[in-house]
Amino acid sequence: MLSSLSAHMPVLQVIVLLIAAPLCALFGNRHLAWTIAFIAALAAFVISTFLLGSVLDGSVISYHLGGWAPPWGIEYRIDAANAFVLFIVSLIGVLVLPYARQSIEREFEASTHTYFYTCYLLCLTGLLGVAATGDAFNVFVFLEISSLATYALVAFGAKRDKRALTAAYNYLIMGTIGATFFVIGIGFLYMVTGTLNMADLAVRLAEVGDTRVTRVAFVFILVGMGLKLAMFPLHLWLPNAYSYAPSAITAFLAATATKVALYVLLRFTFTVFQFDFPVQELTFEYVVMPLALVAMFAASIAAVFQKDVKRLLAYSSVAQVGYMLLGVALLTEAGLTAGIIHLFNHAVTKGALFLAVGCFVYQIGSSRLGDLKGIGKTMPWTTAALTAGGLSLIGVPLTVGFISKWYLIQASLETGSLWIAGLIVASSLIAVVYVWRIVEVAYLEPAPEGRKAKEAPLSMILPTYALVAASLYFGINSELTSSAASQAAKALYSATDLAVPPMQLTPSDPPSEGAVQ
Amino acid sequence: MWDEMTVEFFVNHYNYWMTVILMMIGLYVVVSRGNLVKKIVGLNLFQTSVFMLYISMAKILGGTAPILTDNPNEVYSNPLPHVLILTAIVVGVATTALGLALIIRIRESFDTIEEDEIFDIEQQMAKTSHPHAETPNKC
Amino acid sequence: MSPELAITLTILLPAAATLLLAVLDKRPNLREAVSLLTAGALFVIVLGLLQTVLDGAQPTAHWFDVLPGLSLAFEIEPLGMLFGVVAAGLWIVTALYSIGYMRGNNETNQTRFYICFAIAISAAMGIAFAANMFTLFIFYEVLTLSTYPLVAHKETDVARKGARTYLGILITTSIGFQLVAIVWTWVVAGTLDFEQGGILADKIDPTLLPFLLALYAFGIGKAALMPFHRWLPAAMVAPTPVSALLHAVAVVKAGVFTMLKVGVYIFGIDLLATTGAADWLMWVAAFSILAASIVAMTKDNLKARLAYSTISQLSYITLGMALATSLGVMGGAMHIAMHAMGKITLFMCAGAIYVATHKTEISDMDGLGRLMPFTYGAFFIGALSIIGLPPLGGAWSKWYLMLGAADAGQIIMMGVFMVSSLLNIAYLLPVVARGFFMGNTGPLAYSVGAAAVPSKGIQEAPLWCVVPPCLTAIGCLLLFFYAGDIYTLIEPVAFPEGTSQP
Repeated sequence: MLSSLSAHMPVLQVIVLLIAAPLCALFGNRHLAWTIAFIAALAAFVISTFLLGSVLDGSVISYHLGGWAPPWGIEYRIDAANAFVLFIVSLIGVLVLPYARQSIEREFEASTHTYFYTCYLLCLTGLLGVAATGDAFNVFVFLEISSLATYALVAFGAKRDKRALTAAYNYLIMGTIGATFFVIGIGFLYMVTGTLNMADLAVRLAEVGDTRVTRVAFVFILVGMGLKLAMFPLHLWLPNAYSYAPSAITAFLAATATKVALYVLLRFTFTVFQFDFPVQELTFEYVVMPLALVAMFAASIAAVFQKDVKRLLAYSSVAQVGYMLLGVALLTEAGLTAGIIHLFNHAVTKGALFLAVGCFVYQIGSSRLGDLKGIGKTMPWTTAALTAGGLSLIGVPLTVGFISKWYLIQASLETGSLWIAGLIVASSLIAVVYVWRIVEVAYLEPAPEGRKAKEAPLSMILPTYALVAASLYFGINSELTSSAASQAAKALYSATDLAVPPMQLTPSDPPSEGAVQ
Repeated sequence: MWDEMTVEFFVNHYNYWMTVILMMIGLYVVVSRGNLVKKIVGLNLFQTSVFMLYISMAKILGGTAPILTDNPNEVYSNPLPHVLILTAIVVGVATTALGLALIIRIRESFDTIEEDEIFDIEQQMAKTSHPHAETPNKC
Repeated sequence: MSPELAITLTILLPAAATLLLAVLDKRPNLREAVSLLTAGALFVIVLGLLQTVLDGAQPTAHWFDVLPGLSLAFEIEPLGMLFGVVAAGLWIVTALYSIGYMRGNNETNQTRFYICFAIAISAAMGIAFAANMFTLFIFYEVLTLSTYPLVAHKETDVARKGARTYLGILITTSIGFQLVAIVWTWVVAGTLDFEQGGILADKIDPTLLPFLLALYAFGIGKAALMPFHRWLPAAMVAPTPVSALLHAVAVVKAGVFTMLKVGVYIFGIDLLATTGAADWLMWVAAFSILAASIVAMTKDNLKARLAYSTISQLSYITLGMALATSLGVMGGAMHIAMHAMGKITLFMCAGAIYVATHKTEISDMDGLGRLMPFTYGAFFIGALSIIGLPPLGGAWSKWYLMLGAADAGQIIMMGVFMVSSLLNIAYLLPVVARGFFMGNTGPLAYSVGAAAVPSKGIQEAPLWCVVPPCLTAIGCLLLFFYAGDIYTLIEPVAFPEGTSQP
């Protein structure tokens, strides 16, 4: 029984959540709903840990949905790259739930909590599905499952601030445009290859070569995913969405949603298209890298001038996405490793930071800098967590941020570009400024009279500290993350070697008459 | 390749032109209209153009509907894009529904569905010392 | 106790003490006892290690790998041993002094003060014993961050601003330049271990060497090389014990110590000498020495004057390294100890004056020497040591630095040392002279501070503010006679097998 279940693991983690989601809504009891959600998320986490463990040696798990062999059927294909992403997402997913249970008590009515959990699980389903699947169109479907759930989750913040509604609406418009662009790209790929399986696509695209259609397809996919992952300047939905969403959701999204979108981009860039496609090289060198650099500076500087910690951190997220893209845009394996390790490290760090800010919101009802004066004395644990996360954002040694910086600088120096290394450190110095604005206010300003805030409840502190501990532990001993990241980078680079041998489709399934050559 | 851009080329690819035109109309509506509902309409147009792209590429000249018949030499259109688009339509409907639901909630709390008026209200909220207000960034 | 355990203890003992200190928040006597005991125990351990090193061993300890190939590891070589002994030894003195000062001034947040202090010492030990540049960098940053709360201790606007400058410059330089330099070294050399003779020879295009050295030299902001010296005066808003230990000993010495380590073990003196990569650094250091001395003369605030004096003296050590001769390194290393002993005396005296009279400006201090003879006596001895007069320790380090300059054929640099000594006299001795010989100008209000009774006769600061500077003043004297031991300790570094000795 168990062994037959374990054979279905790649799909199980998605299915379990998908089934649990409507159950939450159907039972209608928020405590029961939470329990269901937690068990489901925990199951997903256990499965993804197991998957990560079994592919870290470089092997690949291929699961054929419904027994249909690829490339006809949908294939779930787990290698080191997406196992790593699955692990991150499900880890954050399970950590945020206990926190959310407490924090949403003060954010919206108890009667809607069941729907909250439903949306949460659907969002998690979508994110895990995106990462697990090996089918291009399936990516789109899961992406939209998660996105639709996300829009709803952001709108849950409306009880606290009605601007959450417009934030969610704008996010919906932008997100849908992004997803549609992505579909257009997939459509073009299908036109020239007649397949949707990513491994198969890779093989066939190599045969098709560099045509105008493949170029257009790549650019559409890049822009579509750029919108989803908040690539500068397509990030405009992000600050508002993160600022007004419920605290737990902000933390969850910041740590997962953009990361998964980035994974999709990487998967398409390096596995589906080969990285030496000329258009790709040009795009990365002359578009993505400059934009990443601009993001690192512009968004960091914008963060410096924010008056709200949540919004400040949101801008910082845009900047951090810039770091990841920069690593990727170096188009070397070291750069890709740096990007991927930062993907994990930033997820942990930002998750911890947003959770800590959520504790403030829970206790004093605000995350504005002006309201946090002297909070270090009344909520010492939360403030300490925030500071630790901030140090990691700066990249101080013994935090994960340092590991990321190290890999990034190393990768850029290896390509011989000292100036990129210089820009990386320069922009992390801006991080010093915005982090220190918070630290100074929290520790060195006198607390206002009559504030009765006390430390946040344990159920919120513990998840926060779990992530803080992770951000310190993986900063001190990065063996697991660095080996996983380099293994993931290898997997992305070499996925075609393992791809199924090219298979002829039925003769009745040629590209349409309209395919431009 | 541009020298092939003859009338024949233009006409032969009419399905793409329709797609492009529809797509641009949709995008334009999304960007230019201040009315939130109209934006959703534009978004639908935009998505529809993509549906058309998929459906038209599945068409094979002289092909029939992909239904199993006794004739083994039957030419039929590629059914896969149809299936894909069925899924995409479902996604589109869900998006529209969610968007409209959000608009209803926005109407309830802002008393308007015009983007610029909402923007003004948000600016106002940022100025008055609303407990959680600060500069909304709409750049 | 095995050397490995001893090394680990030197770092973990102060770190562990912080827990006890935190628990004893409400019981100041016990808390300070813990602080003193830890300092004492640490010194004993370090002395034990010193014996091992003097016997010719280089004890090592390996903790764990942070990144593949990059580990937190420790190896005690003579330079580190010297820095370790200086920092651990002076911690005891400062711990005593802090008790007098903090109580005499009724400072707030004393527990936080002691905790951060202990972490800073732990970090200094980590820097001293680091076996590779990576470990050193990590503890370097820990030192920066742990001293930030000390600088901002008073939580006033001035303190916040000063602390911001402090952190801003130190973090900017260390992440902005030093980290890049370290990764660069790692990329070209494939290792970051400190090795006699350096790790960069034949690994990097010699024309890039000056550039890499610049990234290091300016990246080590704690060495206060101009133009990145602003943090030092800014940090003077801290309570005086902080200024004393951290800005005369631990922090700044960590900076120049790192500089020496980079010069000796990353680049290698031979490489620097043959390629001339450090020539430009010599001039920058010389400029810092003179410019800072001149600025010091214009400062009326005693601590500010001492701060600029420190900037000037730190560049002696940088210059010693940049000379790229064995004698220069010897002089630089010696100066770490000599200057630390002298400058901590001066700072503690300044603090004692402040506790007793709440005066900070030199022009207000006329005639104080007659009221505080012990303090001023100690100050006088410290000043003479800084100037470099025998029979005080400072004489030796200057001697070797001058020899190094002569050895390198840099006559101008000899001149710089001479002129700077004259400038030292010009800005340090007037303080003493005013104290002893000038009359009291205006009414003196000695009603503040601990010495509350206005009367003639001796009006010293509290006992534990006065005894430590007297102890270190005696130390300055003793160092003159025991300089030979330092020489023996450093000898294997400065004169490795095959180099001629004078």
